[in-house]
Amino acid sequence: MALLVSTTINGDKVEYACQPDESLLDVLRNRLGLTGAKEGCGTGDCGACSVILDGRLTCSCLVLGAEMDGKSLETIEGMADGAALHPLQKNFIDHAALQCGICTPGFLMAAQALLRKNPDPSEVEIRFGLAGNLCRCTGYDKIVRAVQATATELKLAKRSA
Amino acid sequence: MPLDTSLVRKDFKVIGQRVTRPDGIDKVTGRAKYGADAFAPGQLVALVLRSPHAHARIKKIDISMAEKLAGVKAVITAADLPDNTGGDRGMRDILENCMARKKVLYDGHAVAAVAAVDERTAREALKLIKVDYEVLPHVTEVDDALKPGAPLLHDDIFTDGIEPKPTKSSNFIKQAEYGHGDIEAGFAEADFIIEKSYKTEQTHQGYIEPHSCLANVSPDGTAELWVCTQGHFVYRNQCATLLGMNANKLRVTASEIGGGFGGKTHLWAEPLALALSRKANRPVKLTMSREEVFRCTGPTSSSSIDIKIGAKNDGTITAAFAELRYQNGAFPFTWAEFGAMTAWACYDFKNVKSVSKDVVLNRPKCAAYRAPSAPIAAFAVESTMDMVAHKIGMDPIELRIKNAAKQGTKSSYGPVYGPIGIGPTLEAARNHPHWKAPLGKNMGRGMACGFWFNFGGQTCVDVNVTPDGNVTVAVGTIDVGGSRASLAMAVAEELGVKYDNVRVIVADTSSLGHNDMTDGSRGTFSSSMAAIDATRKVVTSLRERAAKTLEIPVEDVVWEDGEAKPTGDKYGNLKTLTLKDLAAGAGHTGGPIAGHSEIVADGAGVSFGTHICDVEVDMETGRSLIKRYTVIQDAGKAMHPSYVEGQYQGGAVQGIGWALNEEYVYGKNGRLQNAGFLDYRIPVCSDLPMIDTLILEIPNPHHPYGVRGVGETPIVPPLGAIGNAISHATGVRQTHVPMSPPRVLKSLKGK
Amino acid sequence: MRYESPVTVKDAVALLAKEKGKAFVLAGGTDLLVKMKAGMLEPDLVVDIKRIKGMADIKKTVSGFSIGAATPCAALDENAALMKAWPGVVEAANLIGSKQVQGRCTMAGNLCNASPAADSVPALIAAGAKVTIAGPKGKRKLAVEDVPAGVGRTNLKKGEFIESIQLPKKAAKSGDAYLRFIPRTEMDIAVVSCGVNLTIDGKGVVTKARVALGAVAITALLVKDAAKAIIGTKLDDAALDTLAAAASAACKPIDDKRGTIEFRTEVAGVLAKRAAKIAYARAGGK
Repeated sequence: MALLVSTTINGDKVEYACQPDESLLDVLRNRLGLTGAKEGCGTGDCGACSVILDGRLTCSCLVLGAEMDGKSLETIEGMADGAALHPLQKNFIDHAALQCGICTPGFLMAAQALLRKNPDPSEVEIRFGLAGNLCRCTGYDKIVRAVQATATELKLAKRSA
Repeated sequence: MPLDTSLVRKDFKVIGQRVTRPDGIDKVTGRAKYGADAFAPGQLVALVLRSPHAHARIKKIDISMAEKLAGVKAVITAADLPDNTGGDRGMRDILENCMARKKVLYDGHAVAAVAAVDERTAREALKLIKVDYEVLPHVTEVDDALKPGAPLLHDDIFTDGIEPKPTKSSNFIKQAEYGHGDIEAGFAEADFIIEKSYKTEQTHQGYIEPHSCLANVSPDGTAELWVCTQGHFVYRNQCATLLGMNANKLRVTASEIGGGFGGKTHLWAEPLALALSRKANRPVKLTMSREEVFRCTGPTSSSSIDIKIGAKNDGTITAAFAELRYQNGAFPFTWAEFGAMTAWACYDFKNVKSVSKDVVLNRPKCAAYRAPSAPIAAFAVESTMDMVAHKIGMDPIELRIKNAAKQGTKSSYGPVYGPIGIGPTLEAARNHPHWKAPLGKNMGRGMACGFWFNFGGQTCVDVNVTPDGNVTVAVGTIDVGGSRASLAMAVAEELGVKYDNVRVIVADTSSLGHNDMTDGSRGTFSSSMAAIDATRKVVTSLRERAAKTLEIPVEDVVWEDGEAKPTGDKYGNLKTLTLKDLAAGAGHTGGPIAGHSEIVADGAGVSFGTHICDVEVDMETGRSLIKRYTVIQDAGKAMHPSYVEGQYQGGAVQGIGWALNEEYVYGKNGRLQNAGFLDYRIPVCSDLPMIDTLILEIPNPHHPYGVRGVGETPIVPPLGAIGNAISHATGVRQTHVPMSPPRVLKSLKGK
Repeated sequence: MRYESPVTVKDAVALLAKEKGKAFVLAGGTDLLVKMKAGMLEPDLVVDIKRIKGMADIKKTVSGFSIGAATPCAALDENAALMKAWPGVVEAANLIGSKQVQGRCTMAGNLCNASPAADSVPALIAAGAKVTIAGPKGKRKLAVEDVPAGVGRTNLKKGEFIESIQLPKKAAKSGDAYLRFIPRTEMDIAVVSCGVNLTIDGKGVVTKARVALGAVAITALLVKDAAKAIIGTKLDDAALDTLAAAASAACKPIDDKRGTIEFRTEVAGVLAKRAAKIAYARAGGK
């Protein structure tokens, strides 16, 4: 029997019906058309489906759609402010931190969560903070640099504000 | 050679800049559409039933219960895919790999597939399919498969390359030999000889996007296929053959590709999706699980290799020999032969020989993986070269410089080299601060070289000028690492317009002539040649149109900085015509302005690289950490340096994963034990340091800008470089890849 | 499958007790959903305990800490008092999976999943942690080491679930540590692991110790001989060698895709030494 769920996604109220054993990732992709979260493994080992749920980074493949009632979810589709890219998004492009791009939405969500918790991370902290996201194209070098650049940028912006 | 390379320009305005990729915003906002991101009205979900046995005869398949389940719209077996291959062994193997016919040949081999209204129904349906197997003995190790009496996979393989040709079938597909000179005389001349045997385990490309496609076959016999692939034209041709269709009836559109590295150059399940759609008369989406990707798509070979090098005490190599035994998985190919061709390609040896033995066994069909076969051979060769240097107390870079191939060298696999980069990368390595930096406790430093052929192949490009004076470019090679940006740069360079005025798309198979796959590092190389050729045709047309408009001879019009400029005493004072002017007036000068190119892109320059690596080994656990890594490689000309660096870094890290931890683990039952990212351990971010790169540019004389393919070579040296570094750190020669903690710790015990 | 999210312990127990089919508790779900995806489990009922009041609370109590069963591991290092008292336990919990997994996974779930390689379990055992179990017959307590009954099996009865984990008050001059061996630096399951908790006196002599090993037997082991090896010593080299030998001797591992018997046995001793040194330093030993 399908369950009716009322939740908030990227600030919008969303209602959906889902099966009790359906993952949040399947709900996002197959029912809500939010295909920015990718299924690389379905077992929490690759991070490509990363979302921020009630402020915590998680894999949407490890959450049931049924659990979402009354929760608040952030996905990659809500990261940019209209046409204005988030500094992380801009830096990923400028630093060539993506090649095929399939892991990119997950990395951006993880980097977002990392910088919120630790606005001034060392290289080691960035590397461990992003260790739950697999990338097979870049060797991570340019991803780490894009996050470093963003952290610096956000710090400067904060100082001047 | 279709292009006049005397037109090579050195004063680039766009080439060599670090422009923004056209697919960037879509990829950072989640809008980019990959294989699994397409949906069609009324689409069904397909799942595949796979063999739990490594080797078995299929006695009977009963699909009747599954067909009766509510919500199931089609169930197929091999019977729904009749053999249309007309005796083409290669195509028949593709067909049999997509769906087992009489025997299953590996754990995960497909035996049936269903299409149902949703995934849960499809899952239920799979449980209702009854397969009656007669389990057969299996073999999963290459040296075991070569033994007399080994379980036999195919009864029609009679070893090629052996005289007389055997009359008894075996798992030994082919023997091949490469080299020149007289190795026996060379070994006799040597002051000393080093012999060593090596093993490498099987690795997977490990792209993050599982295979996915959406097939839609219409009752009128036409079909559409949306799919993640490195070669949609090849998929079109092969699927059409297997489904018994004319190629023009099947339109394949390539999705964004979430990584391929060779693994998406082969068909795996796409014909099943088409057959299901044809039977159900509905669109069918087929997406593999991660477990299926590991169990059922093509990893690269595991191997067993013997090396013998004879040398003088001054470092002159007098003879070199390699025997390379590679497994191809369950279907025949020539992966060991690629290893034999590449093994000694970095060197100029008087007497050199390599022998390859290609073998089938009960593992999934091997596929291309980034410079396929070369890293395996390079590990064995570069490890043994390191031993030679150590033996005579010579710097390993000096040893290689002394023996490096150069322009005019007859390569070990046949051709004579043109200008090449092995020497320069070695010189750069010797002078690099990394090579001289101090090492800490428990650390070791290693270096190694690598080679890859690079390919060119069939390529077809359209360049169109829009009425407002902008440019669209349609290419048929899949963009796996930023080639749309590089190709737009080439077109902008030729036309003298801004990069932002050029937009490149990957066209579907009904919009362009055939294009080979993005493999062999050919994407940017070949498509830029075709794009430059097509753009030069556009320029010719623009000059003609300008001449017509200005009513002057075409010889007196030059194209410069995006404008037609009348020249000479006579016309120098006439106004120039911009691309915008000419585009607006195209209706009066001959119609739409377009250029087309179809080429076989010959002359892909060979590629060489040298890597340096520092590791730190925990002597109590055998775990190695990469502390510093430097990639030095010849790019010919780096069209977009950031993307070239990205290829160097990504390739090196794939090699690091292979060297340290990645491997297929098979149980005694012949089943894959680690079909997931938890236990198939690709490197994570915290495993690595920054990967330093140094791009050398030794122009390829066959490309108008001097470009060489860059994508594959970076994965070739890491196994050897890391093996040498760990061997130096531990004092024990490492001979088995991956050099995982249990293996390294065990080697220390034997010290 | 039915999904229920009761708001009281009583209702949760009733749902679990009443279910005739296969019932599972959902806390973080990071093991449950993976097993469902793989088709290894097909639950008839899933009871989500996260909506029960207090289930995600970390409370400082007279006797130490009480950690609600649905507390995500990522919340543990945000609690300064807990981090100060039991750094080994918190570090262990923050090694489970990735940052993404830690945002959901719980120590209670890690324990009930009953994998011999669970990261938080040896650290909890070394710490002397207990669990409070709610069930149809009321509440009961069990030592952490008594919860797993074998691979994938626990000693919980029908209708029971873990409500909270209790950590004792940190003793003066005590320290704990947890180390695991993995081939990569993150994202792996422990090939072998060790938790050590020890107390020293004013002279730096170990007076009390608990040593636990993971991934070397069908359940995590409390190794009394290993503790004995260091009690009464200042953790000198001889004591460390005896500790390592005792740890290795206690191993009954298997060969599998993650490691060999030989490797696990040897590295258990290496980790025991290293973890003991960290715990000793944390206790104030020099």
